[in-house]
Amino acid sequence: MESLVESEATSTLVIGIGNRQRKDDAAGLAVVDQLRDEALDGVELVEHSGEAASLMDLWQGREVLVIDATSSGQPAGTIRRVDLLEEQLADEVLATCSSHAFGLAQAVELGRALGELPPRLVLYGIEGADFSHGEGLSGAVEEAVEEVVGEVASEVGSGASEAP
Amino acid sequence: MPKETNNTRTIQVDYLARVEGEGKLYVEMDGDDVGEVRLEIFEPPRFFEALLRGRDYVEAPDITARICGICPIAYQMSAVHAMEDALGVDIEPGIRELRRLIYCGEWIESHTLHIYMLHAPDFLGYAGAVEMAKDHPEVVKRGLALKKAGNELVSTLGGREVHPINVRVGGFYRLPRPKELRQLAETMRQARELAKETLEWAATLDFPDYERDIEFVSLSHPDEYPFNEGRVVSSQGLDISVHDYDDHFEEQHLEHSTALYSVHKGHGSYFVGPMARYNLNRDRLPDWIQQAAADAGLEKVCKNPYKSILVRAVEVLFACDEALRILDAYEAPDNAAPDIELHAAVGYAATEAPRGLLYHRYELADDGTIADARIVPPTSQNQYAIEDDLRGVVERNIAMGSDELQWRCEQTIRNYDPCISCATHFLNLQINRGESRGE
Repeated sequence: MESLVESEATSTLVIGIGNRQRKDDAAGLAVVDQLRDEALDGVELVEHSGEAASLMDLWQGREVLVIDATSSGQPAGTIRRVDLLEEQLADEVLATCSSHAFGLAQAVELGRALGELPPRLVLYGIEGADFSHGEGLSGAVEEAVEEVVGEVASEVGSGASEAP
Repeated sequence: MPKETNNTRTIQVDYLARVEGEGKLYVEMDGDDVGEVRLEIFEPPRFFEALLRGRDYVEAPDITARICGICPIAYQMSAVHAMEDALGVDIEPGIRELRRLIYCGEWIESHTLHIYMLHAPDFLGYAGAVEMAKDHPEVVKRGLALKKAGNELVSTLGGREVHPINVRVGGFYRLPRPKELRQLAETMRQARELAKETLEWAATLDFPDYERDIEFVSLSHPDEYPFNEGRVVSSQGLDISVHDYDDHFEEQHLEHSTALYSVHKGHGSYFVGPMARYNLNRDRLPDWIQQAAADAGLEKVCKNPYKSILVRAVEVLFACDEALRILDAYEAPDNAAPDIELHAAVGYAATEAPRGLLYHRYELADDGTIADARIVPPTSQNQYAIEDDLRGVVERNIAMGSDELQWRCEQTIRNYDPCISCATHFLNLQINRGESRGE
């Protein structure tokens, strides 16, 4: 979807997924908002709705970090870092706030089935508590966003592909 | 999961993917008799109608676009046409063409998603697109490429591919640049080839043998396959202005559902969507597309809902072809949007959303504030038809094993590509067989 800076195919692509009108679903977008203030070199920041076909197109051949809200019964604010090249993503982990029934989980697993995953694909999941209509993050989610901003910044800065 | 005892069989699906929205299906069966069949759904437009009251008329296209992530253009189109009807706004021919163009993009996006990712797995025996992709990678890749072409059309004209923001009453906020349109034409030329292949491939699927008589309702325009304009017509002779829609159709509230059920007064349930459009407007498709449809095995009037996947493929082919026609002949309008004078008024419009007729009516105060809004989405119009179909399918296939019958029921629901709500995707399907009725 909307690329906020000019595409730089050599940079790391950091994709925040979510809907700003569905409270904690905006966690991934909040991370991207804060990373924008950090003005990191070699990082392309993108906000995305999670629509699978355009995600698959967007991340082709790129080094990718994705940040999305999750809904899996964990305490609000729980952060999970998943190397998607190594691990499969269960449908129920991701908050189904895409209106397409066809979002990030499908993009990853379709990409895997088709042999078209990018060379690096890491998910930071932030467990949400409230996905109702409206704006604003829960307190625990807000704290988790701060933490993920730091982790992503250091992961991107160090160029590490292992867990920080 | 199906459960069987001596006399009772219960089928329950707690998570049915590949439909849009939140709902629950319940089928009661007692021996060979099918009892109550209910599709219980939640439908956001009711809240939106209240939310629109007191807002400025210019906000309607952007607010109503939020009703659906799959068909936001349809909501924007019905909203702008209704406002223009109320305020007596004439749009330039170039704007009219751009509206048809962006609508082509939405049909391509929505239909392609449904054909390949949501509906094809039913026909090919897979739980979903991911499983299907392992055995049919070239098919899924074609679907993704075609959907991407639709995305590109919508994002170029609408500003972004989901919940586009560039549509306004009277026209657009920004007109597309010639370079953007040249790129789009190249994309659509490739997309048209993919669409031809899609129809040929869809023709190879096996379609369950089932036909039904029902009233088909769609827009109809004398010269074109309908998107934004036309009279509301039906296969039983209805032919009315959209201004008279409320005189002929009404929504009914049933206790088990927050969604309203629409009926044609004095006639009953009816059917909107691709099959209705095709059956009522087939002769307005270009000759070569009519021929391609016939070659794919579509009759002039199609009454088998399982063949809706073929009809969608025909409409994707048409949308690609129509987009190319528009792009090749496009002349930019003088203005992106005209000045509009405000006065108290009522406006009506219906346009053809991917899933069928989408009706909007707005009452405006003299300062352009929305005093009242009414929105009738396609899925609410099809709700009785879906339930009727499920009953018919269960009755005809009562001897089927529970797993197979459950599969057939899900496939039947997806014939309609129901867009139930826009926030979650959860359909709880329960089929109850045996003695438990009335308990």
